[in-house]
Amino acid sequence: MKNKVYIQDVTLRDGMHAIKHSFGKEILTQLAIALDQAGVDAIEIAHGDGLSGSSFNYGFGKHTDKEWLSGIAEQLQNAVLTTLLLPGIGTIEDLKVAKDLGVKSVRIATHCTEADIAIQHIAEARKMGLDVGGFLMMAHMNTPKNLAKQAKIMEDAGAHCVYVTDSAGALLMHEVEERVDAFKLELNSDTQIGIHCHHNLSLGVANTIVAMEKGAYRLDASLAGMGAGAGNSPLEVLIAVLNKMGVEHNCDLFRLMDLADDIIRPMQERPVRVDRETLSLGYAGVYSSFLLHAEKAAKKYGLDTRDILVELGNRKMVGGQEDMIVDVALDMHKKVNHD
Amino acid sequence: MDKVKVAIIGSGNIGTDLLIKIIRQSDTLSVAAFVGIDPESDGLKRAERMGIKIISSGVDGLINTEEWDDIKIIFDATSAKAHLYNWEKIKTYTEKKIIDLTPAAIGPYIVPPVNLSTLHHENNVNMVTCGGQATIPMVYAVSRVARVKYAEIVASIASKSAGPGTRANIDEFTETTAKAIESIGGAERGKAIIILNPAEPPLVMRDTIFTLSEIVDRQLIINSVNQMVEDVRKYVPGYELHQEIQFEIIDEENPIYIENLGMCHGLKTMIMLKVKGAGHYLPEYAGNLDIMTSAAKITAEMLVNMQ
Repeated sequence: MKNKVYIQDVTLRDGMHAIKHSFGKEILTQLAIALDQAGVDAIEIAHGDGLSGSSFNYGFGKHTDKEWLSGIAEQLQNAVLTTLLLPGIGTIEDLKVAKDLGVKSVRIATHCTEADIAIQHIAEARKMGLDVGGFLMMAHMNTPKNLAKQAKIMEDAGAHCVYVTDSAGALLMHEVEERVDAFKLELNSDTQIGIHCHHNLSLGVANTIVAMEKGAYRLDASLAGMGAGAGNSPLEVLIAVLNKMGVEHNCDLFRLMDLADDIIRPMQERPVRVDRETLSLGYAGVYSSFLLHAEKAAKKYGLDTRDILVELGNRKMVGGQEDMIVDVALDMHKKVNHD
Repeated sequence: MDKVKVAIIGSGNIGTDLLIKIIRQSDTLSVAAFVGIDPESDGLKRAERMGIKIISSGVDGLINTEEWDDIKIIFDATSAKAHLYNWEKIKTYTEKKIIDLTPAAIGPYIVPPVNLSTLHHENNVNMVTCGGQATIPMVYAVSRVARVKYAEIVASIASKSAGPGTRANIDEFTETTAKAIESIGGAERGKAIIILNPAEPPLVMRDTIFTLSEIVDRQLIINSVNQMVEDVRKYVPGYELHQEIQFEIIDEENPIYIENLGMCHGLKTMIMLKVKGAGHYLPEYAGNLDIMTSAAKITAEMLVNMQ
C-alpha cells in the first residue's frame, strides 16, 4: 500500500450550492452520520459560502449554520467536524459559535491573491485550538510561484495545511502539478498540502490524483460530486480510483456509491453534471457558485446563461461578487433591447 | 472669515488623501499640522513638499507644537488601537473636536446626509467605514419611506485600494458597517460583506444594497433613493446609481429565513452603485478612499458652519 491520504467530504458545504443552500436538518444529520460510518476523515458543514453566507447575495439557507451544526459532533465516531469561513463574509465571532458546537477544524478561504486578509482569522482559529486549513480560491488566476507565496502567508499565520482551490474548475492537469510543486518548494515540509477541485472540465478526479501524486495529502470530494457548477471531485469515483491505485484510505466504496445514488442524486433538481452551462464555467474560468444565480438572471432578463458567465469572466469577477451577475445581465439586457 | 485650523493624524492612504482634498477644495479649513510616526513615509514626505508643517512624533508631538492652541478639529486616520491612545490624550482639551476615521468608534457614527445635523455637540464622531459611507445613505433612503426589516450591503473594492490596516482587521469592517446599517440606516437587522478584487487595471468601487421592507409604492423608494444620490453627490461627485433599481416581491408562501428574524416576506429592493474617486491621492478606482475622506471633510466643514 502507498501513503495514506486524508479524505474531506464537502457534500454538506459545497453541495449546498447545488440546491440553493436548502439542506434540511434531518437529511443533513443522516448524511453526516452515514459519511462517518463510510469512513471519511472529515465532514465540512456550512452554508455554501461559509459561515454567515446566508444572504440576499448568495441565497438564504434553509437553516442557519448554527442549526445545521448543532448536535452533529456528538454523533460522529471518527470523522472530524469541520467548517468554512470567508473573511469579508463571516467573522471570528461566527467561528467561536461553530467551535462551541463541536467544530474541530476550519478552512479560511480567500481569493488566490488576498491571503493577508486571513492572517487574523487563521491566528485566532489556532488560538481556539482548531486544526486550520488555508483555502486559496480561484487558484487558476495566479501563477504557481505567486500562489505559493500566498500559501506561505497562510502558513506563517499558522495554517496546518494550505489548499490549491480550483473554484472555477479551470485548471488543467499540468497546471495543478505546477501549483503543488510550487507549494512544496515554498512551504515547510511539515505543512500539509490540500487539493479542492471542480469538475467543470471533467478533470475533478484526474486533477485530485495528479495533485496527490505530487504530494497533496488532503483531498476534497463530495458524494456524486454534489457541489457548485459541475460539482466537485465525485467522492465514490475518487475512492474507486484510489482503490485501483492501491492508495490507503478509510472509506467504504460501496456505502459511498449507495449514498451518492440513493440519497444525493434524487435531491438534485438541477442535475450536477458537465453540460453547456457548467462547461462554460471551467472554460471561461468563472467561480462555480455563480451557476444558479446566472441561470436565474438569464431567465429573468431573457439571456443565455453562457453569455452572462463569459462576460463575468471577461470582467475578472472573483468569488463572492454574485451581485455583479445581475449587473452584467442588466447591461446585456440593455444592449439587446438597444440593438 | 479666517479658515479654521485642523490637524490630520495618520499619514497613510486616508490621511494623505484627506490632506490633498482640504488643501485643494476647502474654503473653510486649513491644515496646520500633518502628523505621522514615520518621517520616511510617503505621506509625510509629500506633505512636506507641499509646504505643510509635518510632525513625525504622533499625537504627543502634535500637542507640544506651537500650533496646537489654534487647532480646532483633529482628524484621526490611524488605526482603531492608535485612536484609543490619541483620544485619551486629546479628550482633556474639551473645546476641540475629533473626527475619527478608524473603526474604533468611541463616539457616535456620522453619515453626513443622514444624521450630521443632530451631532454637532459631540466632541468625538466616527465615520463608520468606507462601505458604510457609500451604502448607509441608501439604506436610510429606503427606510425613510418603508419600514426595513433587513438590509445587506456588498462592497467590492480594488485590492490596491485596501491598505494594511483594512487587511489586518477585515472583521472590523463587516461588524462596524452592519451595526451602523441598523443604528443609522434604520434597518432592524444589518449585514455587510466586503470583497477585494485584484483585477488589473483596478476596478472602480462598486456597492450593492439589498433591503427587505414592507410593501410600498415603488415610486416612493425610487424618488427617495434618487434624492439621496443627489445629496451624496454634493460632496462625492463620483457617486452614481449604476443600474435601475430592481424590485422583487418575496411572498408569504415562499418566505426567506433570516437569522434572528425568522421567516420574512415583503419587498426586496436592490440598488447598485458605482463610486468613482476624485483621484486625489490614489487613482479614481479608489472610490472607497474618496467617499471616506470626502465625508470626513464635509463633516468638519459643517461642524464649523454650525458654530
